[in-house]
Amino acid sequence: MQNPSQQMIQIRWHGRGGQGAITAAKVVAEATFKSGYGGVVMAPTFGTERRGAPVSTSLKVSREKIYDLSPIQFPDIVVVLDYLILNEVDVTVGLKPGGLLILNSPRSVSDHPFPDFRVAVANVTKLGIEAGLRKGIVNSGIIGALGKASGLVDIEVLSQCIANEFVGRKPAENARAAELVYAATEVSEPSRGGSHA
Amino acid sequence: MSEKLIDSGNNAAAMAVQLAAAEVIAAYPITPQTPLTEKLSELIAAGEMDAEYVAVESEHSALGVCIGAASAGVRAFTATSSNGLLYMSEQLHWAAGARLPMVMCVVNRGIGAPWSVWNDHQDAMSQRDAGWIQLFAKDHQEIVDITLKAFRLAELVHIPVMVNYDGYYLSHTYMPFELPDAAVVKEFLPAYEYAHALDPQKPESLNTVTLPDSRNDINGVKQPGYMDIRHNLHQEMRLAMDVLEEIDADYQQRFGRGGTPIIDPYCCEDADYIVVAMGTLANQFRDVVDRLRQEDGLKVGVLALQIYRPFPTAKIAEALQSAKGVMVYEKGLSYGNQGALYADLKSALYPYPARPQLHNFIVGLGGRDIRTEDLCQTLKSACLQDDLSSPEQTDTPQWIGLQL
Repeated sequence: MQNPSQQMIQIRWHGRGGQGAITAAKVVAEATFKSGYGGVVMAPTFGTERRGAPVSTSLKVSREKIYDLSPIQFPDIVVVLDYLILNEVDVTVGLKPGGLLILNSPRSVSDHPFPDFRVAVANVTKLGIEAGLRKGIVNSGIIGALGKASGLVDIEVLSQCIANEFVGRKPAENARAAELVYAATEVSEPSRGGSHA
Repeated sequence: MSEKLIDSGNNAAAMAVQLAAAEVIAAYPITPQTPLTEKLSELIAAGEMDAEYVAVESEHSALGVCIGAASAGVRAFTATSSNGLLYMSEQLHWAAGARLPMVMCVVNRGIGAPWSVWNDHQDAMSQRDAGWIQLFAKDHQEIVDITLKAFRLAELVHIPVMVNYDGYYLSHTYMPFELPDAAVVKEFLPAYEYAHALDPQKPESLNTVTLPDSRNDINGVKQPGYMDIRHNLHQEMRLAMDVLEEIDADYQQRFGRGGTPIIDPYCCEDADYIVVAMGTLANQFRDVVDRLRQEDGLKVGVLALQIYRPFPTAKIAEALQSAKGVMVYEKGLSYGNQGALYADLKSALYPYPARPQLHNFIVGLGGRDIRTEDLCQTLKSACLQDDLSSPEQTDTPQWIGLQL
C-alpha cells in the first residue's frame, strides 16, 4: 500500500537461493512476535528460484493484526545477505527515503554510498567464521546487523530465537555470530537527510 | 493449555488435524499443499500423533483410501491442490454420494495447462457441484478453527468438507495464531461413531446399483431411489449451514473465537457499496475499505464469504439488500461466461425486489499480483460509476492487472 499505517514496518530480504534468507526472516518474525508485535507476516516469494540465484522474502511487522498479505512495494528496511547482489538486483527499489539498507559486505560503510538511505554494514561472512560457523553461513549473523541498526528487537531475544531455530545445527555458534555482528555493525546516516524514522 | 505461536499456514493446518485426532491420513504430494502432509507424516513418525499414514501413488487413490477409512468408521483426512484435486474428481462425487464424513484441505492453486504453482480459486470452484461442503479460510487462525469445526460438521451431517486456503498467501506464510487446548478439543470433537461402519458381523448393502424408482427392501421397508437419495443430499446440505452455525456457537463458547461461520462482514452496516470476496482477498479489502472511507468518504464494506457450497443464498441476499452496488472480486471464472461466484450471487439476489447494481472483477489468476492500489482504484471507480453503461457492459467481468 502507498500509505501503510505508521505502525507497520516492512522488511524486504535479498539473498541467494540456499543462503537462508527465509530462515533469517522467520527467526526475526518469531522474535518480533515474542517481543509483543501482534501483527507479523513473513511471506517468502516463490518463483523459479535456483541455488545461487537472487531470491527475496518479505516480513511485515505491526502492533496490530495485518490483513494485507500482498507483496511489499515500499519497504522501510532492506536486508541484503550478499553485497554482490547489488550488482544484479536493484535492491533499493521502493525503499522509502531515509529507509534502512543493511548489507553483508567486507567493505566499510563509506564504500557503499546511498545518499537517500541509512546504511548499515558488517562483514557477516568473516564474523560467522570467527563465531565457529562454516564459511558462507550468514543468515544468522545478518540478524545481528538488523537488530543493531533497526532497534526493532533486543539482541537477547534475537539470539534466543536463533538458538531455537538452529537446534542441532550449531545453535550457540549461530547466536554468537549475530552477537558479533551486532557489536561490529557500522551505520551511516543518509547524507541527503531523509526523514524516515 | 492453548498455545500462541507463529508458523506457516500448512503447519497450522497439520496441527489442527493432529488436534482433531484424525486416524488415517492418505495423501499424494503436490505444491503448495505438500508441507502440510509432510508435517503430518513427521508427527506420526515421531509418535506424536496416533494415526496411519498411507502413502499412495495418486490423488485418486488418496481419496479412495479416505473413502475406505470413513466407511470403516475411521476419521480420515487428506489434502491436495490444483490438478491433484481434479484427479480426485470421481472420488469426490463418490465420497459425497456415499455420505462419508471426512475433511480435506485444498490449498488453492491455479490449474494447468499451462502449469502454475501459484494461487487462485479455480481448483475449488471447478468442484463446486461434487456435493462437498466448501469452506474458505482468510488467515491461519481460521485454518485451525475451521478445520476443527469441519470434522464435527462432516460427522454430524454425513457430508465431506473441503477446507480451502490460499496457496502461498497462507500455506507458506508465517503468521501468529492460537492453537486450542487439546483436552477441550476432545470435548468439542468426540470420537467418530459411524452407525454403518463396515462390520462382517452386520452385513449391509451400500451404494450398489440403485434403481430409478424407490422400492421395498428385504424387510418390506420402502427405500429411496437414486433421485430421492440425491434430493436428500441437497436438502441436508442446505440444512448443514444451520448445523455449522450451532457448531460455531459451541466453538465460540469453548475457545472464544467465532460468530461468523457463514459470512463475515466488515463495515457493512451502513455501506452503500459492498465488496464480496473469499479467502485472503477479503481480508486485503479491509485495508481498502478503511482507506476509501477515510480518504474518499465512500461508504464501502467488504463481505467475506466463508462458505461457498452450500451457497448461503438467503443470508447473502439479506446482507446485500440495502446496498446500492455490490462488487464481486474473484480468483476464477467459468470460461465463456462470468465469475462463478458472481453468477451465484446474481442468482441469489434475483428474487429480491431491491437488487443492487452488480460488478464482477477477475483478479490474481495463477498468482498474478493483486496490488492493493489496483483494488482501491477499481473499487472507487465502480462506486462512482454512473448508470450510463449498458446492462451488458456492467454484466461483463473486468480483468484486473492484465499485462496484455
